[in-house]
Amino acid sequence: MDGVHDLGGRQGFGTVQYTLNAPAFHAEWEVRANSLYAYAVRAGIFNMDEYRYAIERMDPRHYLAASYYERSLTGLATLCIEKGIVSREDLERRAVGRFPLSAAGVPGRSNAAKRERFNPGARVRVRADHVPGHVRMPGYIRGKSGVVISESPAYPFPDAHAHGVAAEDEPTYDVRFRSEDLWPNSADPALVHVAVFQSYLERIT
Amino acid sequence: MAQQNHTEQPTASMEQRVDAIQAVLEERNIKAAGTIEELSRLALEQWVPQNGARVVARAWVDPAFRARLLADGRAAVAELGLAMPKHHRHLVVLENTPAVHNVICCTLCSCTAFTIIGLPPDWYKDLDYRARIVRQSRTVLKEMGLDLPPGVEIRVWDTTADTRYMVLPVQPPDTIGWPEERLAPIVTRDSMIGVARL
Repeated sequence: MDGVHDLGGRQGFGTVQYTLNAPAFHAEWEVRANSLYAYAVRAGIFNMDEYRYAIERMDPRHYLAASYYERSLTGLATLCIEKGIVSREDLERRAVGRFPLSAAGVPGRSNAAKRERFNPGARVRVRADHVPGHVRMPGYIRGKSGVVISESPAYPFPDAHAHGVAAEDEPTYDVRFRSEDLWPNSADPALVHVAVFQSYLERIT
Repeated sequence: MAQQNHTEQPTASMEQRVDAIQAVLEERNIKAAGTIEELSRLALEQWVPQNGARVVARAWVDPAFRARLLADGRAAVAELGLAMPKHHRHLVVLENTPAVHNVICCTLCSCTAFTIIGLPPDWYKDLDYRARIVRQSRTVLKEMGLDLPPGVEIRVWDTTADTRYMVLPVQPPDTIGWPEERLAPIVTRDSMIGVARL
């Protein structure tokens, strides 16, 4: 989905609030929030793609205003309700207050009908797909061309895996893009490497 | 579910929300409490940058290990007793040189090789870094205190799949010949993310 989580290349953001030795956690509840989602994945309540998609379905205003671990906890709570582990009413009774959740999902999709393997050096284009459900193609590479550098082991296909749709695992390709191709006349020169699922790619002939 | 309910009830605090979910999971499975506690211990004590620092120090002193690390990161870190979650099937180690600088990010969320280089710092997960590093890499690095010479090529790695990355920093010349145990403490998390050089 073309959600606000898809931040790469968005303009208007400011200086990174960088400090040396910045901590991963700022409060005790953040440590527990992190452990709770990790527990749920280990316990097989949901997979990582379902988790990421649940966070992406947060209301955009909530997503942008929430801290990282609030986003994590919102995704976790949403999935616990959707999986029937707890009702919203029970959860809000226990929390003694409103518990903001993510929006409902939409159906996912399986692998692309036509996929092919690419060798290092192959010129590829990212398909101009607009996917309503979960997708791991950042918007800034949609329709853009790059060069395949290498192939990864096969992974579950996120567009299906986040939705309980059957699909074959597929490799991802390390595709190298030029920042000047991604944002013509509007980027610092650099090479941008993105791990791109096979279903998102087509060969340039 | 997206609709907010319009009762007068105030939004629960983060602590209350965490407590509520934790109680649900612990009531559901008698073993959950112990696992959750163990995961917190791992997060605070085991998933720390000192792991990656050991890997870097070994790569600096042992050319054969360095070659194995660059060929198959996951297998090489396992030699040092370091594990990665099952879904991180691939660790790609990115070798900095005087002419090439690598930096990693996750524009879509917060993915990192956290068992190796430590859980990501706050700024890595913030909107500003995620939005800007892919497009304004040299500018953002300079703002963060890393002013790269114009001739250095920047390579940005966006962690959009379950392949994980770590940067292998250039060994500072004045540390050549140091033993591994003395080298590991000079390797910082930020140098393995690629927003700092050593």
